[in-house]
Amino acid sequence: MSAAASADSSTASAPPLGKDLVGLEGLSGDTIRMILDTAEPFKEISERQIKKVPVLRGQTIVNLFFEPSTRTRISFEFAEKRLGADTVNISSTGSSVAKGETLVDTARNLEAMRIDMVVIRHGSSGAARFLADRIPSNVINGGDGRHEHPTQALLDMLTLRDRLGKIAGLKVCIVGDIVHSRVARSNIFGLKAMGAEVAVCGPRSLVPVGIEELGVRVFPHVEDAIEWADALNVLRLQLERMSAGYIPSLREYNRVFGVTRNRLEKAPREVIVLHPGPMNRGVEIDSDVADGPQSVILPQVTNGVAVRMAVLYLLAGGRPEAAEDAKRGSGGQG
Amino acid sequence: MSDGERLWIHGGRVVDPSQDLDGSAGIIVENGKISAIGPDLDRPEDAREIDASGLIVAPGFIDLHVHFREPGGEHKETIATGARAAVAGGFTTVWTMPNTDPPIDDPAAVGFVKAAGEVAGGARVMPIGAASIGMKGEQMTEIGELVAAGAVAVSDDGAPVAHAGLMRRLLEYTQTFGIAVVQHSEVVELAEGGVMNEGAVATALGLRGIPNVAEAAMIARDALLSELTGGHLHVCHVSARESVEQLRLARGKGLRVTSEVTPHHLILTEELVRGYNTEAKVNPPLRTARDVEAVRQALVEGVIDVIATDHAPHHYEEKEREFDDAPFGINGLETAFGLCMKALVEPGHLSLADLIDRMSCAPARIMGLDMGTLRAGAPADVVLLDPVGRWTVDPTRFASRSRNTPIAGWDLPGRIRRTLVEGETRYDAEDSR
Repeated sequence: MSAAASADSSTASAPPLGKDLVGLEGLSGDTIRMILDTAEPFKEISERQIKKVPVLRGQTIVNLFFEPSTRTRISFEFAEKRLGADTVNISSTGSSVAKGETLVDTARNLEAMRIDMVVIRHGSSGAARFLADRIPSNVINGGDGRHEHPTQALLDMLTLRDRLGKIAGLKVCIVGDIVHSRVARSNIFGLKAMGAEVAVCGPRSLVPVGIEELGVRVFPHVEDAIEWADALNVLRLQLERMSAGYIPSLREYNRVFGVTRNRLEKAPREVIVLHPGPMNRGVEIDSDVADGPQSVILPQVTNGVAVRMAVLYLLAGGRPEAAEDAKRGSGGQG
Repeated sequence: MSDGERLWIHGGRVVDPSQDLDGSAGIIVENGKISAIGPDLDRPEDAREIDASGLIVAPGFIDLHVHFREPGGEHKETIATGARAAVAGGFTTVWTMPNTDPPIDDPAAVGFVKAAGEVAGGARVMPIGAASIGMKGEQMTEIGELVAAGAVAVSDDGAPVAHAGLMRRLLEYTQTFGIAVVQHSEVVELAEGGVMNEGAVATALGLRGIPNVAEAAMIARDALLSELTGGHLHVCHVSARESVEQLRLARGKGLRVTSEVTPHHLILTEELVRGYNTEAKVNPPLRTARDVEAVRQALVEGVIDVIATDHAPHHYEEKEREFDDAPFGINGLETAFGLCMKALVEPGHLSLADLIDRMSCAPARIMGLDMGTLRAGAPADVVLLDPVGRWTVDPTRFASRSRNTPIAGWDLPGRIRRTLVEGETRYDAEDSR
């Protein structure tokens, strides 16, 4: 991580988060706490009549999306615009990418246009790191293959902290398709750095080999996971996993692994339920859970904008302690 | 060397495991063949001399597994550049894999590879023919015709012969011609989509894994088919400890099953992939330290017979891609000896003589080649080695057309000083300074 670059420098100019955010693996609990703390003052901006501060005025940000995304792209775009940046969205269809341009050429061309930051979403694990290593702009990983989705895990952790008051010592179980999930990996790395206990639960065909070596326990039965956990992070089950032979049917998946009211009611304590969306109601999660009192799914979405504002602000060199002042904006709002 | 010319190689320490020779000796070469070898040979009249003082004189290395990309992939390697990379690595004979574009699946194509090798001025090029037409794994090639044109074995390497029935027929049919079926052992259904070793590293990186059992299960099947048919199965690039178990079982039964291991699988592990290093993307993948230990031990014991490079050149642009999209392969010919010295001889797993055996005598022995020896009458394929000289791997200086290696910048022991094929110097380190 380029965050290490700040270690050799005592000058105030070193960016607090380094050049890029490609993943939570290797980040310390202190660094993650700094991002979450920085997000706190930014939450309020989205509640204003005029949702804009000039923190990133004059900065150019490219949202480079090689995979379809609605929620993440819009959340980043709101975060960027509410901080006053100029943004451009590029999707793989209809761009030079669709004409066969390689990622390294795309990167060089973007750089030649003198941009400041790139948010990249890509189907290949490692694509964000690949880009970050090749351009001097700040790179934020908006999800790379099945590797990491760091801002999703950050917003999950912010939501957990809002609701339960802390992260250290919490028991969090990630439920569902772990093997294909970048959300799972970022949550594992982030939660463990913050001192939480982490487990995963799902059919063994959707739990990757060697996951225990990342320091997580594996529950083969969702009932046991619910009994253990303070919070469940329920992952979306991609419908194509059925045709690929990982599971026999969605109906059976729901019957064996679905997070249902019935199962939650048997828990010895209130279990908070998160979901990164978009949900398959009636598959991995039942509607009365998603819409029930234990669900924090919509607060997650709200927090997503604040967390992404914090990451943008910190990568641009903003000081965490100055975030409160920055949000007031010394002039030129709107 | 021209007819009648004589050559006197003297002053060196001759290490030739094929005749249990290790000591000061001279060699006389006549008409491209070794005419005499012994401790007290005088310089013949009119003979040119090569002073090997301070050097090891050994039979030239034989690599049973290289990819030279011609035809169809000349931007990566040609037969000529590959043959010259081979002699720069101390190899005097290479067996080329047929997975070119188009594949080497008819006699004319075999003849093309052989002819291109003859004019390359590097190592002797011996073509392996495709096992199935178009390497599609369906219909057997005209193996008799391929052999008549110069093919030395058959293989669909790059991919396995997946169909068990075809594999059985190949192991039967090849017996008429006395050649091996060379198998890239992989159960495709278990490896499909994988880009690195399966395990905690792949899980952390979010990359699809290839399990050890994808290799071991195919070796188990093929060894049983060899037992059934009596055919010669040669297993490519063994990487997994479970595979070693299967090979040990086959050896115990006395089956006609031979195998090879690459220099990279003898020392490198999956840890090199971290950071999405595409130079470390290779199939079979770099595995764990336990697997490295197992294949190394198997080579020491002779359960794995030979070292072969699986030299797989790729253009730098092709490697500068997202990890999923980059091709598999490591450029191996010019680093093989140094890497094996570092992996095997320096730590004391193998003597220098045993390393020379695994790189030269053993390949000749298992394939029945009249090479890999400095006996009188054998072709004068000789390599002069400096076993203590160290060097730094600099891919920009490769004779190969490609530079893909995960060990750029490594400091390695053991230098190739001169390589002779049929008595003719084809590589001289002095010339390439």
